[in-house]
Amino acid sequence: MEIIMAVLAGILFTTGVYNLLQKQLLRIIIGTGLISHGAHLFILTMGELKTGAPPVLTEGIENYTDPLPQALILTSIVISFGVTSLLLVLAYRAAKVNGTDNMEQLRGNDYE
Amino acid sequence: MLVAVLLPFIIAIFIPFLSKWKDKVHTGFFVTIVPVLVFIYFVRFLGTGFEPVIHEYSWIPSLDINMVFHLDGLSLLFVLLISGIGSLVAFYSIFYLHKSEQLGHFYVYFLIFMGSMLGVVLSDNVFALYSFWEFTSLSSFLLIGFWNYKKESRYGALKSMLITVFGGLSLLGALIFMSILTNTTSIQGMIDQQQLILNSEFFPLILILLLLGAFTKSAQFPFHIWLPDAMEAPTPVSAYLHSATMVKAGIYLVARYSPMLSANEWFFIIVSLAGIVTLCWGSYMAVRQIDLKGILAFSTISQLGMIMAMLGFGTKVAIFGAVFHILNHATFKGSLFMIAGIVDHEAGTRDIRKLGGLMTFMPMTATLAIIASFSMAGLPLPFLNGFYSKEMFFESSLHLEAASTGFAGFLQASIPYLAVFGSIFTFVYSMYFFFGTFRGKSHLEELPKKPHEAPIGMLISPIILVAGVIIIGLFPSLINEPFIAHAAESVKGAVLEEKHIYFWHGFIPPFIMSITVVVFGSILALSRKVWAPVYRFVPGVLSMNKVYDGTVDRMERYSKNITKGYMNGSLGRYVRLILAAIIVISFAFMAITGGFTIDTSNVAEITTPEILVAIMMVIAAVGTAITNNRIAAILILGVVGYGLSMLFVLYRAPDLALTQLIVETVTVALFLLVFYHLPKLRKKEEPVSTKILNLVISVGFGVLMTMVAISSHSSKFFDSISEYFVDNSYKLGGGDNIVNVILVDFRGLDTLFEIVVLGIAAMAIFGLIRLRKNKEEE
Repeated sequence: MEIIMAVLAGILFTTGVYNLLQKQLLRIIIGTGLISHGAHLFILTMGELKTGAPPVLTEGIENYTDPLPQALILTSIVISFGVTSLLLVLAYRAAKVNGTDNMEQLRGNDYE
Repeated sequence: MLVAVLLPFIIAIFIPFLSKWKDKVHTGFFVTIVPVLVFIYFVRFLGTGFEPVIHEYSWIPSLDINMVFHLDGLSLLFVLLISGIGSLVAFYSIFYLHKSEQLGHFYVYFLIFMGSMLGVVLSDNVFALYSFWEFTSLSSFLLIGFWNYKKESRYGALKSMLITVFGGLSLLGALIFMSILTNTTSIQGMIDQQQLILNSEFFPLILILLLLGAFTKSAQFPFHIWLPDAMEAPTPVSAYLHSATMVKAGIYLVARYSPMLSANEWFFIIVSLAGIVTLCWGSYMAVRQIDLKGILAFSTISQLGMIMAMLGFGTKVAIFGAVFHILNHATFKGSLFMIAGIVDHEAGTRDIRKLGGLMTFMPMTATLAIIASFSMAGLPLPFLNGFYSKEMFFESSLHLEAASTGFAGFLQASIPYLAVFGSIFTFVYSMYFFFGTFRGKSHLEELPKKPHEAPIGMLISPIILVAGVIIIGLFPSLINEPFIAHAAESVKGAVLEEKHIYFWHGFIPPFIMSITVVVFGSILALSRKVWAPVYRFVPGVLSMNKVYDGTVDRMERYSKNITKGYMNGSLGRYVRLILAAIIVISFAFMAITGGFTIDTSNVAEITTPEILVAIMMVIAAVGTAITNNRIAAILILGVVGYGLSMLFVLYRAPDLALTQLIVETVTVALFLLVFYHLPKLRKKEEPVSTKILNLVISVGFGVLMTMVAISSHSSKFFDSISEYFVDNSYKLGGGDNIVNVILVDFRGLDTLFEIVVLGIAAMAIFGLIRLRKNKEEE
């Protein structure tokens, strides 16, 4: 199962990067979202999947799943939420002010 | 001693505050105190019974880099020069620099230079020496470019920086080689183990690198070209850095290492040759100059060449003459620079063609100039110190100890003639400097200002220096035993037999050489007008400047082209380049190290729900890339997120599942709020090649991440630290939910900062939205 999950993470990265390389701001934000999903799955796969009970201490259970990746992912989810919302507002402002959401047109032209 | 070296740096920190009151008190007054204090501290060491002193302070002991200050005769000579001339120059600058200038900047650079120069000549640790060495280059750069609104200043500053830092790096190379070979970072330690270095196969490389550092710093031919351009600096700087102290750092280095290096014949050949060629070339070029400071710059080059040559000779007389001339040169050249500054200040120009006949207007300055320039010329008069060291130069050029076969022999035979040749031109430019400025017809109508005598404050410093010229000239034994002899002793390694400095030796060859110089020099000086076309014509093509300019030009052009090639402002392109680099490097690394491992022995079984969720996520992820509908894209992204939270449920991560669910919902809501304001998704109208490139890069990256994930799951290099958290969650954290305990307890600070990050993001979002509102209200 880990192998399949690793492949799934890889597919998420692939589509995320593909979206990231597009010119429209909305697509780029979607791309970053996909990449962070991929990264979470990636971290989860690095530990061992399904080898014990949920990491909540309970009487009589000795074997728990690895809590460390989960803690890391939890942090990451929250941070990527912050990033996504900031990007969204930034994109909204950029599109409003410049009248375009095309990255190729948004580039600086000081040195051309 | 540490305090003495650091004092300039410490005061430099306070200069910006002191310079606030520059309208009331010139900042220079505060600065002058510093070198005076340093001078007083070190002058106590003078005396016949002087013994080297070592003070040690640890700095980075783990790397064997420490502040070891080793004060021997040579260091003492330099330290007194730096602080002594420093005091005079700082005092002089009070009258030279107007209060409206950026005094704060100037004096900060000035003090940094002084401190680092003290560090160079006192450090026994090679890496400390190197750091101070580069600091002098840096402060010299800043001081040359002090009037940064002038194009010439910027050009000169950059040139000196490029050349001296190039030399500094080669010096670093040599120092690293030597410290590896001898396993010590102390200069004295290296000299003690000199056989290790001399017999090493890297010796030629070490010699060349070390000498490159010294020659670039001391403006030896062909690296002298930066010094004339450095004359764009304010005159006090030229007097201090570019004649009395910094340019002698190279001399110091060669002198410091000569006990070791002079054992090799090539040291004699390279150093003497470079020195003597520099002497001739510099003095010849000086005669062509029309700028007073230009004359002095080339004269400095040639005098440095002379000292360098004497160090190359390596005989006792030569070493003695070299250290003696270091002192003499500082006195007469320092005062000449100040005189040039006075002329510039009071007459408004340094162009010697416009100057002339100033003696009637500036009698004091002229008197000082005549003494200093005659001393520089080496005129045989008993009150000029320049004559003594020049005489020693001639004497040593006749009695060389080196082998007399091959090229070295040829060089040895030709040195006396070259010495006389160079000295004749030295005589000529000294006369040119004095007579061209102070005698002859005056062209008052061409001068921007009406010349008059300088204020007394400006004259004090050159008067003290010229007094030094005369005192050393009249009573050379006054400084001989307590001072010069110790300096020479620390260079030559062995104790010198008592050396007396006499004015009159009788009609021996050196004296005859001096007379030859005076006779031919006078003839050439008197008939200067006749020779002028020759001076203008000869070196026109043979200019190292062209090489320098060409190199710098080309380097600038190439780097501009390369930068233009990839920095075209398109962010997509940058991302592509970065990702491509990651992919190529990682795959190459994986292939070389055989990093990819796959181990299926320890995997969980495959179940239907997971497979279904996974398939759904794949379809959704691919869908985001394909669809051209905004709402669809956003909702499909949501599908991926919800799928992920389902996976979290399946993999026994309840906290993650909950969080992901909430975050995903809020994110989708946010997307839906914003998307209305964003333009519709367009058909991707880019060329097929770009599409394929994007596809290749994204697939490559995906494959890479998959392989990394599989490998990291399949290989365990060390035990997981997770057990610790499972065991201690309740004991130390007092909670059952291990994930929560990790977040708020074990890694509480992380979480705190995470909250801070979210807070910042929230403020930024708020700000961005408010910005719009305010604008709309207007």
